[in-house]
Amino acid sequence: MSATADSVSVVVFLALFALVSSLGFCATRWKKADLSRLDEWALGGRRFGPMLTWLLLGGDLYTAYTFIALPALMYSAGGAGFFAVPYSIVVFPIVFAVFPKVWTVCSQHGYLTAADLVAGLFRNRVLALMIALTGIVATMPYLSLQLVGLEAIFAGLGLHASINVLGHQMELPLLVAFLVMAGFTYHGGIRAPAVIAIVKDVLVYTTLIAAVVIIPAKLGGYGAVFDAVPAEKLTLPPAPPDSLGPQFAYATLALGGALGLFLYPHALTGLLAASGRDAIRRNAVFMPIYAFALALLLLLGFMALAAGVKDMPAFADGFARFGNLYAVPALFNHMFPPWFVGVAFAAIAIGALVPGAIMSIAAANLFTRNVYRAYLRPNCSHTHETRVAKLVSLLVKAGALGFVTFFPETSVVQLQLIGGIWICQTLPAVLLGLYFKWLNPVALLAGWAMGVGAGTAMAAATGFKDSVYTLRIFDFEIPCYSAVSALALNVLVSMTLSLVLRESPHEQREAAT
Amino acid sequence: MRDTQSRSLRRWVNALLLVPCLAALYVPLYNFDEPRVLGIPFFYAWQLVWIWLGAGLTWVVYVVDWKGRDR
Repeated sequence: MSATADSVSVVVFLALFALVSSLGFCATRWKKADLSRLDEWALGGRRFGPMLTWLLLGGDLYTAYTFIALPALMYSAGGAGFFAVPYSIVVFPIVFAVFPKVWTVCSQHGYLTAADLVAGLFRNRVLALMIALTGIVATMPYLSLQLVGLEAIFAGLGLHASINVLGHQMELPLLVAFLVMAGFTYHGGIRAPAVIAIVKDVLVYTTLIAAVVIIPAKLGGYGAVFDAVPAEKLTLPPAPPDSLGPQFAYATLALGGALGLFLYPHALTGLLAASGRDAIRRNAVFMPIYAFALALLLLLGFMALAAGVKDMPAFADGFARFGNLYAVPALFNHMFPPWFVGVAFAAIAIGALVPGAIMSIAAANLFTRNVYRAYLRPNCSHTHETRVAKLVSLLVKAGALGFVTFFPETSVVQLQLIGGIWICQTLPAVLLGLYFKWLNPVALLAGWAMGVGAGTAMAAATGFKDSVYTLRIFDFEIPCYSAVSALALNVLVSMTLSLVLRESPHEQREAAT
Repeated sequence: MRDTQSRSLRRWVNALLLVPCLAALYVPLYNFDEPRVLGIPFFYAWQLVWIWLGAGLTWVVYVVDWKGRDR
């Protein structure tokens, strides 16, 4: 069908994929426990040591979409796409400083989600519900993007078969991958992605090391790779006199990403599964190994540029269908022998399964704990709660599959952009709430609403195309990641209003008890 | 080792966590093509190196102030 199809690649790919999936199904037997309890199914009984937490978080954060989309951004935007690196430099000190405290409070009270934590801190059901809904809404497009990443891989392999569902083409390989992921997640909960994360990392590191050694060697060294990038795209353009310029946008993208990262339900789930504060701290020390891998991965975008894959007739179809997202699959196809193409693509595809599974577990937790249990069935048993969570994890994944089938990919990307802005707006309630007990839940709710509203408006003003919105103060321009400027407004409103409401003790007592 | 005075001194080491954040977020510090390091423009080399320096500083903070406190 496709010019890039190669039977050796496909066989290697399928063999690895099958091996890893069967591991996922065996995971229930590992650290055996009563999987009808939600904290066992969803958090592995909070018994994951530093090594396992490290693997799980790595598998969580560097997703299939990361593998495909970030190099694609470098490929098209140049150095401006490198903001993922300062972002990962900043995120680990934040984890080290803040999240041991989050873990402690959550494990003392048996909280499974950020909304549980907020409900406990502020005794305000509406605020907790909004935190839960924000988390679910932000996770859904993220999960859909994993499937988009998988699609690009299948296209790179030349696996192409689709069935017609209600007038839309549903990719069969994607359906199979979805069923496998749904199966082992339902069965083993978070144990499944944790076991798979081990194999995934071996494959990912093998692929990356091979890629950053072999490909530049073929292209004439790193100097030659960077020389292929237009000089004005290598660094960020200088700021005009009446603006903070693209460098400020770059810094806010890094900061906003870092602040939002561990507010995402799936990242928090990974952290809460840790066995203790010490495991989290040691993790933060060793996480940068992933950050370095991520940086090398980003440079693949430049390598694709230097190799000139876009002009090769063999890849014309792929670029026509996926745009720049096809840069990395094309680069691998061009540079690696067929059997290693199979290994590399398996690494990325399995890279979708781990976060995909955890995202669906995290969204299911939020729904079950903070919507179903809080509003619909307050007194349901542990077993009943777990059954609902398992079912919802299936629904969430089916929803993601439906989404990529029925909607164009651009709308998934746009929703992901909004999700990133929204998730940052939970920061005051979830993290500041831990440190500043005087914050008022009503004020936090108002801050959240202002942040979400302003963030959405700024994204809409760019046509949901750009995460950076330029603020104008008199004639001075401040290009800033919308999540960060919305968060600034959110914090300002939350704090000011908390102070105002503190003046009237009657009202505050009413809200807090 | 465990007395409050030396602990409050050791607490200051946590300020080191701010250093990688500043090094990564203050872009004018490293937004240059030259000098290149092993063919890699300074912009990229600086950020790559700070991944490891950041990890190193976090490790120092861990060893000096936190190690063995939460077992």
